[in-house]
Amino acid sequence: MVSLGAAVAWMADFAAVVAEHEAELTDLDRAIGDADHGANMARGMAAVAGLEPGGFADAGEYLKKVGMTLVSTVGGASGPLYGTFFLRFAGALGSGPGAALKAGLDGVLARGKASVGDKTLVDALAPAVSSFESALTDGAGEDVAWGVAAEAAESGCEATIPLVARKGRASYLGERSAGHQDPGATSMALLLGCAARTLA
Amino acid sequence: MKKLINAPADVVAEALVGFERAHAGRVRVDHANRLVLRGDAPRRGKVGLVSGGGSGHEPLHAGFVGPGMLDAACCGEVFTSPVPDQVIAATAAVDGGAGVLHIVKNYTGDVMNFEMAAEMVAAESGVRVESVVTDDDVAVQDSTWTAGRRGVGVTVLLEKIAGAAAEEGRDLDAVLDVARRVAEGGRSMGVALTSCTVPQAGRPTFDLGEDEMEVGMGIHGEPGRHRVPLSPAREVAEMLVEPVLADLDFTGGPAIVLLNGMGGTPLLELYLMYGEVAALLEKAGVTVARNLVGNYITSLEMAGCSLTVLGADDDLLRLWDAPVDTPGLRWGA
Repeated sequence: MVSLGAAVAWMADFAAVVAEHEAELTDLDRAIGDADHGANMARGMAAVAGLEPGGFADAGEYLKKVGMTLVSTVGGASGPLYGTFFLRFAGALGSGPGAALKAGLDGVLARGKASVGDKTLVDALAPAVSSFESALTDGAGEDVAWGVAAEAAESGCEATIPLVARKGRASYLGERSAGHQDPGATSMALLLGCAARTLA
Repeated sequence: MKKLINAPADVVAEALVGFERAHAGRVRVDHANRLVLRGDAPRRGKVGLVSGGGSGHEPLHAGFVGPGMLDAACCGEVFTSPVPDQVIAATAAVDGGAGVLHIVKNYTGDVMNFEMAAEMVAAESGVRVESVVTDDDVAVQDSTWTAGRRGVGVTVLLEKIAGAAAEEGRDLDAVLDVARRVAEGGRSMGVALTSCTVPQAGRPTFDLGEDEMEVGMGIHGEPGRHRVPLSPAREVAEMLVEPVLADLDFTGGPAIVLLNGMGGTPLLELYLMYGEVAALLEKAGVTVARNLVGNYITSLEMAGCSLTVLGADDDLLRLWDAPVDTPGLRWGA
């Protein structure tokens, strides 16, 4: 189960990590997008870090507010995608973190209409979700599963480098988008890395 | 970067202050939500028209708020889509009981933010919302493998024509039908001679040599089909007309033509270009029934222009001719 305290620690960690990697995310986005991913995520996570956790009954209620906050503050495509991820994740958290991750992924797929291999944040999230599930099926505990999921997200993110973008602004570049790591997959891998540190 | 601004982060908010002063009484500005609203909104029984997008394309969209066109425009940061909160607030502010049409340009962020707003409106209020997405930029090829064609010049024509349909009292289904006919019946192609500079970026979005131009660039400086040597206007006109006509047949009826400036090209050149383009269209068998020449959907200070051709019929022409009274487009009123 994910406690309110753990969820708050997860978001605090992610806010710090995004602030630390802001320039890197923006540089990745400058290469194939419009150079605002770092600033947009930093603005959104600063707003999330400012939420007063005392007002929430549980992790689900808190993460729902996180989703709403990101939708309202991030803008672009990342706002709706990250916002939807947290709204759906929060809604399914009662059935456990595996179900929450799966619901988050389904929400992102429905919102963005991207598939694995389109060079988007789905390329980090989808392998993390399936790795988390298989780890649990293999008898591992949730703590181990989060670590496995974070590693899968990291590999998925690196695997976006040779891909040609098929969704989002990078897709207008066609073949010229190959050779660059996707900024959205990068921030998603960071989010799951934070989850492994705080939720495990 | 040479711009008439105070601080890059304040550009949109401060421009809205000036816009409100310039058009006091005709429009209202909701500064908290960054909305420009028709002065007399909501109009009882009239379908409300809400559009919006990143700032930097003026007069689109705020300049097209007024009788005969939009009821509200949601102003995002420069080249960044508005967030759902803005669209929800705009929808509530213009709903006169007949439903609201969202007019959205096809960019990943714009589509998702408007979609989320429409879902939240549906879940939390009784207002009926329909959406139309413009995607007329033929420069985007292989659209199955990309985010799809971008929404550009057709958006201006759609806001005028659907606005007239709503103004004359058509219901939401009928306004939506008109909007879809415009969205499906128009195609555009642009050319950039220089880049634009986003205030917060502080440097040109792309590098273009003194003797080069980008054919098919987008209104945010997205890459086009190819980069070619700067050419005489007559040849540039061919580069715009040819791909538009190759994508859709416009010989079957009257056409409305927009020769649009990107913000940094003088009207002298735009009229010269219109002459070249109109001659080519005529030669190809297209009957240009109406035209519009000027800066209507811009890309900050980018030099260049775009061509939009819309296949029309008597109904669309009549709606085009109907009175319109907005800061950016006005006739018959």
